[in-house]
Amino acid sequence: MMSHLLTGLLVLPLAGALFVLMTRGDTEAGQRNIRWISLIATVVTFLLSLVAWGRFDAGNPTFQLVEEGAWLSETIKFKLGVDGFSMPFIMLTTFLMPFCIVASWISVEKRVKEYFIAFLVLESLMIGVFAALDLVLFYLFFEAGLIPMFLIIGIWGGKRRIYASFKFFLYTLLGSLLMLVAIMAMYWDAGTTDIPTLLAHKFPHGMQFWLWLAFFASFAVKMPMWPVHTWLPDAHVEAPTAGSVILAAILLKMGGYGFIRFSIPMFPDASHYFAPFMFALSVIAIVYTSLVALMQEDMKKLIAYSSVAHMGFVTMGLFTLTPQGIQGAMFQMVSHGIVSGALFLCVGVIYDRMHTREIAAYGGLTEPMPKYAVALMVFTMANVGLPGTSGFVGEFLTLLGAFRANTWVAFFATTGVILSAAYALWLYARVMFGPFEKPSLKGILDLTPREVGLLVPLVLLTIYYGVHPAPVLDAFAASTDALLKTTQTALAGAAKIASAAH
Amino acid sequence: MYQAIVFLPLVGFLIAGLFGRIIGARASEVVTTAFLMAAALLSWIAFFQVGLGHHEALRVQVAQWMVAGDLKVDWAFRIDTLTVVMLVVVNTVSSLVHLYSIGYMHEDPHRPRFFAYLSLFTFAMLMLVTSDNLVQMFFGWEGVGLASYLLIGFWYQKPSAVAAAMKAFIVNRVGDFGFSLGIFLVFVLSGSVAFPEIFPKAEEIAKGTFHFIGYDWNAMTIACLLLFMGAMGKSAQFLLHTWLPDAMEGPTPVSALIHAATMVTAGVFMVARLSPLFEQSHVALSVVMIVGATTAFFAGTIGLVQNDIKRVIAYSTCSQLGYMFVALGAGAYGAGIFHLFTHAFFKALLFLGAGSVIHAMHHEQDIRHMGGLARKIPFTTVMFAIGTLALTGFPLTAGYYSKDAIIESSYAAHTFGNAYAFILLSITAGLTSFYSWRLFFVTFMGAPRWDTPHGHDLAVSHHVESEDDSHGSHAHAGDHGHGHHEPHESPLTMLIPLGVLGLGALFAGLVFEGYFFGHAYDEFWKNALHTGPENHILHAVHEIPAWAKYSPTVEMIIGFVVAYIFYIQKPYLPRQLAESQPLLYRFLLNKWYFDELYDVIFVRPAKWLGRFLWKKGDGAVIDGFGPDGVSARVVDVTQAVVRLQTGYVYHYAFAMLIGVAALVTWYMFGGAH
Repeated sequence: MMSHLLTGLLVLPLAGALFVLMTRGDTEAGQRNIRWISLIATVVTFLLSLVAWGRFDAGNPTFQLVEEGAWLSETIKFKLGVDGFSMPFIMLTTFLMPFCIVASWISVEKRVKEYFIAFLVLESLMIGVFAALDLVLFYLFFEAGLIPMFLIIGIWGGKRRIYASFKFFLYTLLGSLLMLVAIMAMYWDAGTTDIPTLLAHKFPHGMQFWLWLAFFASFAVKMPMWPVHTWLPDAHVEAPTAGSVILAAILLKMGGYGFIRFSIPMFPDASHYFAPFMFALSVIAIVYTSLVALMQEDMKKLIAYSSVAHMGFVTMGLFTLTPQGIQGAMFQMVSHGIVSGALFLCVGVIYDRMHTREIAAYGGLTEPMPKYAVALMVFTMANVGLPGTSGFVGEFLTLLGAFRANTWVAFFATTGVILSAAYALWLYARVMFGPFEKPSLKGILDLTPREVGLLVPLVLLTIYYGVHPAPVLDAFAASTDALLKTTQTALAGAAKIASAAH
Repeated sequence: MYQAIVFLPLVGFLIAGLFGRIIGARASEVVTTAFLMAAALLSWIAFFQVGLGHHEALRVQVAQWMVAGDLKVDWAFRIDTLTVVMLVVVNTVSSLVHLYSIGYMHEDPHRPRFFAYLSLFTFAMLMLVTSDNLVQMFFGWEGVGLASYLLIGFWYQKPSAVAAAMKAFIVNRVGDFGFSLGIFLVFVLSGSVAFPEIFPKAEEIAKGTFHFIGYDWNAMTIACLLLFMGAMGKSAQFLLHTWLPDAMEGPTPVSALIHAATMVTAGVFMVARLSPLFEQSHVALSVVMIVGATTAFFAGTIGLVQNDIKRVIAYSTCSQLGYMFVALGAGAYGAGIFHLFTHAFFKALLFLGAGSVIHAMHHEQDIRHMGGLARKIPFTTVMFAIGTLALTGFPLTAGYYSKDAIIESSYAAHTFGNAYAFILLSITAGLTSFYSWRLFFVTFMGAPRWDTPHGHDLAVSHHVESEDDSHGSHAHAGDHGHGHHEPHESPLTMLIPLGVLGLGALFAGLVFEGYFFGHAYDEFWKNALHTGPENHILHAVHEIPAWAKYSPTVEMIIGFVVAYIFYIQKPYLPRQLAESQPLLYRFLLNKWYFDELYDVIFVRPAKWLGRFLWKKGDGAVIDGFGPDGVSARVVDVTQAVVRLQTGYVYHYAFAMLIGVAALVTWYMFGGAH
């Protein structure tokens, strides 16, 4: 019997959105209903994803929970399924979505109805990206996800929201168009857009490079990798809190997911060939953006730059093509989703109170806000990669993988641990420590019960995954094994052909 | 039992940290202190069972941490003699410091937080010393770094404390940079991070080479040097020492526990734990020895002129850690750990004694404003004197045995650089004696200088120019006006720990010498410390000439006599000396200008580079040629197009004419063919 779990995950948020659409948004009571409907929809989606998680067999590297239906044509089908690489991201999405809804509970005041509709639609599209097993379907979700995010930044954002949203849109669209061309080329070559079939298909050696570059253009922007990262700080700064959370926690992961789902397994020769190039960009990203983060005066910008640095660890780990590198990169993505999401929530907490993100506007907040100080300390330490928090596991494994691949890469990337300590602790010191004497801050209150409820689960998860990362690591261990096995045979085959030609 | 030893402090931390506000300060103090006492008691039992008894070394598996490919990391304890020695040191000092803090911190409104941090520190330190693999050791390593950061910055309202806390964390991260690379390398070489699997392969690995950042190195040498970089950071060795003196911004019990007895010795512990690796590389051992000797001497010279009571002791700690590393470099691991063991007692005693003085003086830390305290706080004075005797190596005290063992080992060692180490350590023994007695005389003897409101022109005061005032006075900014209070002896909760540590400082050497570095060496250590077949240091130390054997004692006496003349007999002499050698004096007073140097080499360039990459790299280049540039060009073009559409007929007519002309020209030339 074919299960329809994944379709359910796609439809539930949309159903929520439909309910919201039918609710009157111009009265106080109506807006309250909208919030509750959205919360219920996302929580139910999360519960359903837990069911999917329960049925998911992590020891099996093939696609599971597969469902298939007719769609555009004989070959382009509506096909969904998950494996070890996609399941964690679906869980991350459904898990974080209720947090975003609660984080927007009070802070969103205008166009409440449209705001929650945008979020619910976005959730459905993001789940679609990770669950799609057809290339065209994937592309559709991948691109459509841009639109709600574009609107969230452009309508509910800060002062320079129009600039930021267009920058975001232009950057990501440019990459996407190249990917579309590549998808067409792949269809002509393989005669199908079915992802499992494509994974088994061997693309001609020469063609791989062009396809790889086209996909790279799209994923590198999404990651974002240096030097196409400059949209991220602006987008984060202008986005509302929940928008930043989703952007950092989920949307950035689509790039990494793309690399591991398409670039590495489908174009192994090209991936091997371009690995040094990826290392160079990753290491530059780690060092460069960490230095830039050091000098930021806006909290969100600082965290945004640190996100770019952390994504540098991900791309570096993926292309080491070692088990530690790939598992570390996957873990780093999940952990970064939790930690950076939490950091943006933390910024949102004080932004809601003071309506500024200027670091210089704060100081000595530990005194009036002790609970907040604890939460922010945990996330700061996770961001720094302190062992015992989830941030460490990913960083450690990716660096270990990098060391195996190339000691220079590991050497420079490891300097990131010094720089990350510098910028993160300096941020914490400037905001939380020092004398509490700024007149504008007088009367600032500690976390409300709603905010405690938001941050406590994330604190617990950050520490739990730091001490016991197995639940996450095991999810993609089998898939990593399988991936490395197929790429290695492909590479060995390519080497044989190359040596035979000489 | 071992689980209880390690996890009791964690439970204490959680109770005091999470429920401190509910259960109140007193309950937090009692709970954490009681848990630590229990852990300390169990540690001594373990010490007698494993160290002195015949219990086999054992491994306790707690849980699995992470598995990725062929990498397997466990949460596990390795219980052998080295571990139980560290357990005893950590838990004994920690429980005494907990007790002491009840008295010392009684005015502080944030006591639950303080005790929570202390217990958190203890837990992390225990994880470090019980670790069965490199990654768990790194967990403890960074965990103690976190606790140290939190405790140095405990008074977070003080900007200087916050800065010191950050400095400690970041400088330690520089060391951790090397430590992490070392872990990666060991994993690549041996295929494991667990000690039981690495150690048997050490000999084999040492034969190979490894290509690291462009060079072919001896595999074991580069691995050991990278790991040692971590030890240098944590143990504040030369070049990475700058954080330790600043760490004195933290409350004094913290200095005693973390920055004297336990955390800073983690580097020494690490090298001893990895002795099977270090034994395989003479180059690494030489580096360890030379760095240690340099640190010992360098920190000793700075200690000569400091005026803050805690900073003098901090530099002395730095210097004594150098001694321990020399012992390790000489292959005398037992002597190094022995000094770690005795040093924990007498240095914690000195720090807690200093805390008692500071408490008596109402948070005054500048020794120029003390003097004549012996009559007011006699018990503290006696205890401080015991600590000083032990530190300077007075015969039969703890320091005498362990320090002389190190100096003798450095003479007897075959490591390259041992002559350098021997000479510097002997001189440093004199320096140590001088600055320790100087501290004692100026603080406790002579005329009281606290009953006059202080100007800074007092007889003993050393300063030639005013810049050193800023060093001394920021430490006690903002507390109650001092100088008018009568010094008073501390409460019993503070005096009991002093007494216990005093006993340790007197007898720890006498009692344990035979086990750590003497006749019972093999039965005591079993296989916890590895010595290679050609390492005969244990015998060689007994065959050194008499002059080498007695030189540290002679140096110690000279230091005492000079200090006596300078500060008791002729108190005008130091000032004259300082004025006659202004350059040298300022060089020492400003700590060899390391802070200034690092500011110029690292801090400013990093900030400049950050700003440059942000404004020029991201702003001008990437955005300029990227999205902003593209959109600006689009706008330019459309504006140009707009300008063309003027609406004047003759403009259009003229444009048409040009078009026609161009068309005709093209036909005439191109179309002719």
